Amino acid sequence: MTSGHTTAVAAHGDNYLNHSKGIKSWLFTLDHKRIGVMYLFTVLSFFLLGGIFALLIRLELWGPGRNIMDAGTYNKFFTYHGAIMVFLVVIPLIPAAMGNFFIPMMLGAKDVAFPRLNLASYYIFVIGAVFALCALFFRGADTGWTFYTPYSIRTSTTVILVVGGAFIAGFSSILTGLNMIVTIHKLRAPGLSWTRLPLFVWAIYATSIIQVLATPVLAITLVLLICERLFQIGIFDPKLGGDAVLFQHFFWFYSHPAVYIMILPAMGIISEVMPVFSRKPIFGYKAIAYASFGIALIAFIVWGHHMFVSGQSELANFVFSLLTMFVAIPTGVKVFSWVATMYKGSIRFNVPMLYALGFLELFTIGGLTGVFLGTLAIDVHLTATYFIVAHFHYVMVGGTMMAFLAGLHYWFPKMSGRMYPEKQAVWAFICIIIGFNLTFFPQFILGAEGMPRRYWAYLPEFTNLNRLSTIGSWFLAVGFGWTAVYLWKSMFKGPKASANPWEGNTLEWQTPSPPPFENFTETPIVTMWPYEYRASKNYPMTTPVQGSGKGVQ
Amino acid sequence: MSDVHTAVAGEHTRHHAHHFESAEAEFDACKQGMWIFLVTEVLMIGGLFVGYTLFRGMNHDAFHEAHKMLNVKLGATNTVVLITSSVTMLLGVTSAQRGQRSKSMKYLIMTFLLACCFLVVKYFEYSAKFHHGLLPGGNFTNEELTNPRSSLFFSFYFLMTGVHAFHVVVGMGLMAWLMKRTANKDFGPDYYTPVELVGFYWHFVDLVWIYLFPLLYLVG
Repeated sequence: MTSGHTTAVAAHGDNYLNHSKGIKSWLFTLDHKRIGVMYLFTVLSFFLLGGIFALLIRLELWGPGRNIMDAGTYNKFFTYHGAIMVFLVVIPLIPAAMGNFFIPMMLGAKDVAFPRLNLASYYIFVIGAVFALCALFFRGADTGWTFYTPYSIRTSTTVILVVGGAFIAGFSSILTGLNMIVTIHKLRAPGLSWTRLPLFVWAIYATSIIQVLATPVLAITLVLLICERLFQIGIFDPKLGGDAVLFQHFFWFYSHPAVYIMILPAMGIISEVMPVFSRKPIFGYKAIAYASFGIALIAFIVWGHHMFVSGQSELANFVFSLLTMFVAIPTGVKVFSWVATMYKGSIRFNVPMLYALGFLELFTIGGLTGVFLGTLAIDVHLTATYFIVAHFHYVMVGGTMMAFLAGLHYWFPKMSGRMYPEKQAVWAFICIIIGFNLTFFPQFILGAEGMPRRYWAYLPEFTNLNRLSTIGSWFLAVGFGWTAVYLWKSMFKGPKASANPWEGNTLEWQTPSPPPFENFTETPIVTMWPYEYRASKNYPMTTPVQGSGKGVQ
Repeated sequence: MSDVHTAVAGEHTRHHAHHFESAEAEFDACKQGMWIFLVTEVLMIGGLFVGYTLFRGMNHDAFHEAHKMLNVKLGATNTVVLITSSVTMLLGVTSAQRGQRSKSMKYLIMTFLLACCFLVVKYFEYSAKFHHGLLPGGNFTNEELTNPRSSLFFSFYFLMTGVHAFHVVVGMGLMAWLMKRTANKDFGPDYYTPVELVGFYWHFVDLVWIYLFPLLYLVG
């Protein structure tokens, strides 16, 4: 390992950020790290946009009647918020940004399997986003992000642009998934067997399978919807003999698995952060890895639980309700494994760990309320109320965003080569956690009391809880804004990070920060699994071993 | 240990991207990628097959009546055309693999022409349907067919054959690209990945038609 292969360039501080210069060197780059960074900034700018719509929605709900906008505008705003956050933020956030940057690095590879395809999927994503956002300058869209027929066929808003944008962005998701699967299969470093893969890699692998299998179904569904509007093909239009509920079936056949596209990579990040900051080997490595696949598999057979009140047969409702309960099993396996990882560990409460703990708390609430909703009788009462809104925000924001922030702080030193300010980050974390719970916990109560989602006006008795929720949204905005500011600043001015500030074992920490152009000065040889942590010592995956076995007693 | 390093950092052959260990590894990766892509295609078109099956079940009489309006002879001709094109594609791939450039070129041109032939037949079929007002959903104006749900059959007919025809056109574009690269002497026994992969794609396009033909023309 220490032989003279180390190239001279790396020794002189050459890294992927300064390897080539100029805007073109970024726009036409084939380097997975730069593409990952471009995804990160693009997706985060959409997060800002979607967040602004969220704040405006909450502001409108300050009081029971009209506050700042009329009902039509409100309908458009919650549609934009949902469509942007789902299709342009939460789905690509971790797999496309973090996955692109770190999967090849964790595999000890120089790049993804198809670098040009990788760049193409970035641009396809951008084109899809531009397409969808164009609708903002026309008549918008007011269908909600789910585009339910027949309303989406009849509304006079520019649904086609938003649907077309989601269709195009879908291809980006498919191609990223494809690229990741092939990369994980074909580009593992010598010695990196499947059971030595970091759990983030397993999670992205399971995610990619869903992306590849589910997204094409959404694609054809959206094409049918566009054809419906353009040519009156009648498939989803009851007036022409079509079936509006078929759209819901098709839509949720994608969109339920899509929920796991959003959460599985988040779980992958948590599985990385937990052992590093607990200084203990991960508990239940194989259980966590297989649970990812269990979730991916079950993802495809539970879509009907979105349609308990859509006129499905009772038998179908019963079966879907039962199958939905199974999701709790692999999910529970993961949550218990993380908790067991912390048990008797020497926990370091750095910001990534704080966010991981935040994830554990909020995701568990989100997941358990999901079990409520999967229960047929309760769901009939709670369908289309704020309870649902609270539930999926606890999963998407409390789960995915917390894990993303854990990952962002965990990998920030690697990506930028600099450290973030720990104290400020802790305060921003506190602000986000308080803001999040203040925003969404009241919505559980509102929903249980019967306030419907997506309504512009509400009964006066719901006012106080709605105000709490709106105030919470401001805390969230401050927390996220603050985080953006200190990360942006430390990207340029933060103290220089060492190669391995958290004493991690995975391969991305065994190379300088920021990584050199082709990731490693020499291809790493993997000798052990990634989770050999002790209170004061750790064993990187490339630790030279004598004899056989894990090499550590 | 250090042997592995030198193998990776070693000389690159002409058609072997820097991040792969060997040309073979790259070929394997590309093939796997193509298979996964074809799986996504199956799922996409699968949505249409599911829709067709459902609506056929719900409107059996209408679909049966409507399917008689399709021209079985033209459909059968196109089936033969596409199967033949699969054979020529296969021969094209094999000759590229053996380094027989002019032979490979000849077969690629034949495949391309057969694809054209398919589209010409399809054009005549489509224009006959347009002429008789056998159009999807709300545009349906035919008066021979009395069942109001017949229009749904033509929605599926146009969507399914339309999506398929789009894939044929894409395949022709790919074929033209292969011809250009064959003329540039890009392919030989040590590198013929694009020919092989377009071959995969083309067989898939044929396979879809082999399902579409009986489903739409014969069974109704």
